[in-house]
Amino acid sequence: MPILEAKGLNKHFGGLTAVSQVDFHVDEGEILGLIGPNGAGKTTLFNLISGAIPMDSGTVIFKGTKISGLTPNKICRLGIGRSFQAAKNFAGMPVRQNVLMGALFGQKGQSYAQAAKITEEVLDFVGLAEQADKMVPDIPLAHQKRVEVARALATRPSLLLLDEMMAGLNPAEVDEAMALVTKIRQSGISIIMIEHVMKAIMNICDRIVVLHHGAKLAEGTPSEISASKAVIEVYLGEALS
Amino acid sequence: MKILNKIKYPLVMLAFVALLAVSPIFNSSDYYIRQMSSIIMFMVVSLSWTIFSAPTGYISLATAAFYGVGIYFTAFLGEYLPLPVLMLLAGLISFVLAFLVGAITLRLRGVYFTIFTFGLVELLKNVVLWAEIKYSHTRGRFVASFPPMTVFYCILGTLVVVMILAYIIKRSRFGYALVSIGESEDAAAHIGINTTMVKILAFAVSSFAMGAVGAAMATRWNYIDPPIAFNATMSFMPVLMAIFGGMSNMAGPLIGAAVFAYLQEILITSPAVGKTYMLIFGAVMVVAILFLPNGLTGVVNKLRKTRKGAEGSHAHTGS
Repeated sequence: MPILEAKGLNKHFGGLTAVSQVDFHVDEGEILGLIGPNGAGKTTLFNLISGAIPMDSGTVIFKGTKISGLTPNKICRLGIGRSFQAAKNFAGMPVRQNVLMGALFGQKGQSYAQAAKITEEVLDFVGLAEQADKMVPDIPLAHQKRVEVARALATRPSLLLLDEMMAGLNPAEVDEAMALVTKIRQSGISIIMIEHVMKAIMNICDRIVVLHHGAKLAEGTPSEISASKAVIEVYLGEALS
Repeated sequence: MKILNKIKYPLVMLAFVALLAVSPIFNSSDYYIRQMSSIIMFMVVSLSWTIFSAPTGYISLATAAFYGVGIYFTAFLGEYLPLPVLMLLAGLISFVLAFLVGAITLRLRGVYFTIFTFGLVELLKNVVLWAEIKYSHTRGRFVASFPPMTVFYCILGTLVVVMILAYIIKRSRFGYALVSIGESEDAAAHIGINTTMVKILAFAVSSFAMGAVGAAMATRWNYIDPPIAFNATMSFMPVLMAIFGGMSNMAGPLIGAAVFAYLQEILITSPAVGKTYMLIFGAVMVVAILFLPNGLTGVVNKLRKTRKGAEGSHAHTGS
């Protein structure tokens, strides 16, 4: 049963086709990987889903409701959380307050007490409890990326969009991030993740969608994708024999 | 002790207002009352300006537009209504005007917003000029006069209202939303904040008092015309005052306003400086931006932190 279904998404920036006739879906409880070369339209696709930019044509259905055309705040309140590629943390606030903002505004009519409770739960869940009183720029990059994820989780999403959460992390940090993504899925949240770290994509995704020049090039399980001729040609590259 | 800490700030502010309120007992000369009215008016305007612009980082140069609307409102109806009513209505008109303007312009970000707000001042000035010549075949109007003491207390009352507003907003959900917008507007929208509505409403709220004190200050001229009412200087003063004083707490814009309103009075009457005082203000602003990024109150906070040592180095001081 798909939690999110996108049909015929199109987006042009002037003469540039950023996203062209993309159809895809995410099943309930699934981790969907979104990969492709730089400029393939992955982040634009996220922007269309989250309502950050209007689409030229196409529809997005989330849990049976048409969300295309809604503003980001409404889409968030319906249950789609998002992290950004270039971290958009609230740098002037401590970690805890970043998360509190998500808890306070993510759902309608949230009281301070409820929001504070959610904040502590989420901080614990993502492993930031000890850093909670520090300012965001004062903690390591891997943790800064977690702050974004925590803020999104605090809005109580049922679908989470993660945009290159692992970029710039060292191998140990990537392992930790993979464990976190798996844990989020186990808590019942479906995930779409844009990622260039193949180890993560191949190990934790149930399915993968490959974008190239804004169009869908391939779709399938990790083993199907890693065997696909077309994908190897444009993105993965040949293994050295 | 903890309770005392919590109410210390409102107490200091209360004492400050009370001091201003009783000050005419010690000096009730017309000069003092007019001078103090002007200083308190600048306090109202800069504090009000920070309600919207400080947390969001949207620099508005529309202050003179709302102030001018207030002036013209009194010029039209000053003979018929008591001053508090004039101020309330002028404030409401400013609120509505800001709401409408905000709905159009707050899609603009950064410097585009700033330029538009400045354009609004020129637009209103020229529209009023055109309308006067076309419909009343005059330029400017006479303004009914009110006793300086009435003006003084009405403006002081407005200051109290703005202080309470600023205090409440900063601690409210609405205030958190404004700060989030200032930190990252995209992220704010994606955690469920209706950024457009929050911005428009804050812009309108901050414009209310600008119109209200405009209505009160109109009475110090016998005669006004559009260039007097919609004087661009009024748009820059609150920015200068708030940046110089600092915006991290309420004391900043109040101190900035007091310093510059007083300086303006001294410089403008000094034969050596006269109208070129704005040059000096411009230089001060550049220096303040370069060397006092958090204003005077920022320097004070920094000194207090250094004395306290590392403990609580990120605690938000002040308000």
